[in-house]
Amino acid sequence: MNKTPLLFLNVLIIATCGLIYELLAGTLASYVLGDSITQFSFIIGIYLFAMGVGSYLSKFIENKVAEKFIDIEYAVAILGGFSAPILYFSFAYLTYFNVILYLMVFGIGTLVGLEIPLLMRILQDELDFKDLVSRVLAFDYIGALVASLLFPLFLVPKLGLVRTSLVFGILNAVVGLWGTWLLHDLLKKNSIMFLRIKGGFVLLILLSALFNANYLTTLAEDALYNDNIIYAKTSLYQRIVLTSGKTGYALFLNGNLQFNTFDEHRYHEALVHPAFASFDETPRRILVLGGGDGLAVREILKYKSVESVTLVDLDPAMTNISRTLPILSEVNKHSFDDKRVSVINADAFVWLDNTDAKPFDIAIVDFPDPNNFALGKLYSTRFYNLLKTKLKPNSSVVIQSTSPLNARISYWCIIKTLEATGFQVKPYQTTVPSFGIWGYALAKLQPFESPTKVPDDIELQFLNNKTLASMFDFSADTQKPEDKDIEINRLDNQSLVRYYEAEWSRFE
Amino acid sequence: MFTRREILKAFVGLPLAIAACKTGVPSNDFDGGIIGASNNVGHILRERRNFEVPENNWKDTKIAIVGGGVAGLTAAWKMKQKGFNDFVLLELENRLGGTSTSSTSNLVKYPWGAHYLPVPFKENTELIELLDEMRLIESRDENDNLVISEQYLTRDPEERIFYKGRWYEGLYLNVGASEKDLSQAKAFQKELDYWIDWRDAEGKRAFVVPVVNCSTDTEVLALDKISFAEWLKQKGFNSERLIWYCDYACRDDYGLQPSQTSAWAGLFYFCSRTPKSGVESQPFLTFPEGNGKYVNHFVSKTKENIQSSNIVVELIPNENGVDVIYLDTKTNQINGFHCDKAIFAAPLFTAQYLIRGFRENPSFDSNEFQHNSWFVANLFLKDRPKNNFAKDFPLAWDNVLYDSKSLGYVVATHQKGIDYGQTILTYYYPMATENLRAGMQQLLSLDWKELADVCLTDLEQAHPEIRSLTNRIDIMRWGHAMISPRTNFMWNGEREKAEKPFRNIHFAHSDLSGIAIFEEAFHHGLRATDEVLK
Repeated sequence: MNKTPLLFLNVLIIATCGLIYELLAGTLASYVLGDSITQFSFIIGIYLFAMGVGSYLSKFIENKVAEKFIDIEYAVAILGGFSAPILYFSFAYLTYFNVILYLMVFGIGTLVGLEIPLLMRILQDELDFKDLVSRVLAFDYIGALVASLLFPLFLVPKLGLVRTSLVFGILNAVVGLWGTWLLHDLLKKNSIMFLRIKGGFVLLILLSALFNANYLTTLAEDALYNDNIIYAKTSLYQRIVLTSGKTGYALFLNGNLQFNTFDEHRYHEALVHPAFASFDETPRRILVLGGGDGLAVREILKYKSVESVTLVDLDPAMTNISRTLPILSEVNKHSFDDKRVSVINADAFVWLDNTDAKPFDIAIVDFPDPNNFALGKLYSTRFYNLLKTKLKPNSSVVIQSTSPLNARISYWCIIKTLEATGFQVKPYQTTVPSFGIWGYALAKLQPFESPTKVPDDIELQFLNNKTLASMFDFSADTQKPEDKDIEINRLDNQSLVRYYEAEWSRFE
Repeated sequence: MFTRREILKAFVGLPLAIAACKTGVPSNDFDGGIIGASNNVGHILRERRNFEVPENNWKDTKIAIVGGGVAGLTAAWKMKQKGFNDFVLLELENRLGGTSTSSTSNLVKYPWGAHYLPVPFKENTELIELLDEMRLIESRDENDNLVISEQYLTRDPEERIFYKGRWYEGLYLNVGASEKDLSQAKAFQKELDYWIDWRDAEGKRAFVVPVVNCSTDTEVLALDKISFAEWLKQKGFNSERLIWYCDYACRDDYGLQPSQTSAWAGLFYFCSRTPKSGVESQPFLTFPEGNGKYVNHFVSKTKENIQSSNIVVELIPNENGVDVIYLDTKTNQINGFHCDKAIFAAPLFTAQYLIRGFRENPSFDSNEFQHNSWFVANLFLKDRPKNNFAKDFPLAWDNVLYDSKSLGYVVATHQKGIDYGQTILTYYYPMATENLRAGMQQLLSLDWKELADVCLTDLEQAHPEIRSLTNRIDIMRWGHAMISPRTNFMWNGEREKAEKPFRNIHFAHSDLSGIAIFEEAFHHGLRATDEVLK
């Protein structure tokens, strides 16, 4: 039979695969590095140039063209197929992500550039030159169209980047393996078996990667997040996931939203500035407990008088990416590169118990919600008693205190626990659309009035005097429930974790 | 010599032994060893060689305390507190504290035995004095009950239990309990409530710490005539999980099976820590190093009077007082003290080997004071074992396996709030054999490697990755760990006899209470001190 039409089908598949790898690299780069125009422009440029290099190099392949073609297919299958997992991996674990990215793009481009010239040489005996050129190039461009339509409409939303990459790697491997039959007559008898074994091996690796443990993201995890995961890493302490979506970037720790760039300014302005507004001296020494994303520090550094910020966060993986990941360091305005900021990676409870640090003017306590016992201890009377030893008589403290709407008992349990430790507390709340109605506790060791005036000369997007004042009013459905006997959260009862679990489980 | 399978079968049961042996001998890349192996030293005593003290090696002191466990250290602490300094404490081990001893690592301190103390009732003023001195008490409430600083009370979550592949909160297994189980649990609590609220004609409680304050009314003492197992049977209790719970309680506090335990002691465990029915039992005071906290406090106050690594080999009562002869294991010299009086704060069964003339004319039957044996393993982990299911109850302070002869493990870092990364688990295994002596011999016949294997094979049922997480295992074998409150031992009169001095030698040990807990040793240390300083 005439195998030529089947070979054109191969051209179509090869072309589709080639463009998919290019799109994958461009998408991934703009996800993780931002600035999609630059990223796509660089990637397309390097990729096309590399294809040119490949085409040029094809002339050095003199004999055994069919064998070489099949080998190249296998190589593209491996390199292209694993491109997205490798890029994800190197982004999470290596410093020189850009180097890996461009090397990868150049490598794939070169191999893809070799494919078409070699295939044309294989087909040259079957067709006239004008037919050959017109048909091969036509199929090549059709493949490009198929890829560019499939990629945004079907592949990214349904398969995700990692699986798309592996699936197209498999297609490349199939083309290679199929070639051992299609190009049977052009191959040496004794090399056919070897090529098939090689092809089977390549297919097997890609298939097992597709079906087995997906190192970076699991199907379940992809389903969990609405947006694309652009960074995922399991540290010693937690699973850190960064996503990119229509409203901006969002950070999740163990699946719990920490911020969304769309409205995090509301949360962080409300967290930091009331504490500064209620401090009656010049704020100089600031303590931040938690807050590894650096966003609270960004707000703190707006005060020129601040001389030192000590940030204690459990997870070095978190504070490191806040410094080094462009997405995060842009949002936190490179706050961790500021000389005034020192980062300590420790459990704040253990740190407070052992530190000999001098008292602070203002303490910003920004822990994840108390959804387990290890976090629950950070909201206990013992913890607040330890914190007290690091405060001056007129210091201001603020504590993020979960939602007084979704977890009303939990919120007021935190307030009551603070009061039981001897703090004067002004509860307040605001609306952060990504979170809902969110609660805080402003506390001092001496009586004080709620602040009414936002600090002068501080650039704010959300807070003004009116919103500041209104934050201290509670609606009927969030105010302190008078009819309930709320327990104080102590280390030996961890009541808060139990309240929290009971209240938030209603929303799962 | 036993095969691995035989050892595992004896210690962790046949199913686990078979499973473990199927996979072959695991490769272990951790180190460690047997700690405090003075078992051989102790046996020197039994040879009763004639120890001659060279003329120049005699010294004078008013009082010698023999034994540096909690009773002996309490006596030393009290003497110092009263301004009395002319005494010496001799301990055969190089570490002090007996079964309340502890160690220190870079990460955290950790216990080798007793690891908690229930907050005492306000009536236990002698113990409260110690807690006050140690600044553990924050205040008193309106009823004068103690308010303990929260960092010294067991941090929640306190306990969890591993059953059929999953972890659940608490010690009593609530999951899957049938109607019968629940009604029996309720009925059991009702029986306990009866005894918690019971008072005799003088208003004394049936069960209270220290034991000396318990009522001696015949209704209560009758409980000592039957075993706890028999009592449960008589009351019609047969719910598997309730029986398990009682079995665990007996092994945990007494190292015995319920069929060996006096019903009096069984109920003492459940009733002596609850002030009245319907309220929670007293919370626990605990520290990373367990009751080593108190030991270290005593030692800090009495250092200059303590001579450790000194084995007392003979006490010779005479007209002038007592001569105490000891072997200094550091210099290998035989030395002696001429004393007015001695406090014998060692296990009572050793009186017959140590006190000249005791055997011929005993003041009590020392064979009645039978001890049971345990081994304790400290596992140094590079990370915590992960839960197998998201809904599994998280790592607690005390972690118990339902299908295990061990008592599970406590987590040293828990109380410090160190919730990530490295930790130390202290694993407890009471021999609890039918024949206590055979249990001890079996325990002492096994070496470090074999006991480490027992511990890991047992824990593997809950934590399959435990071997790879373990950097080091240290093990202590307690040949004579603690007194066994066997049926008809508690109130057969021997304990009372032993409270009387043998000539100038006064006895102080938790053996005298029949219950091996800190408070009892402490009480007898104080009592003996009062007697000798009178």
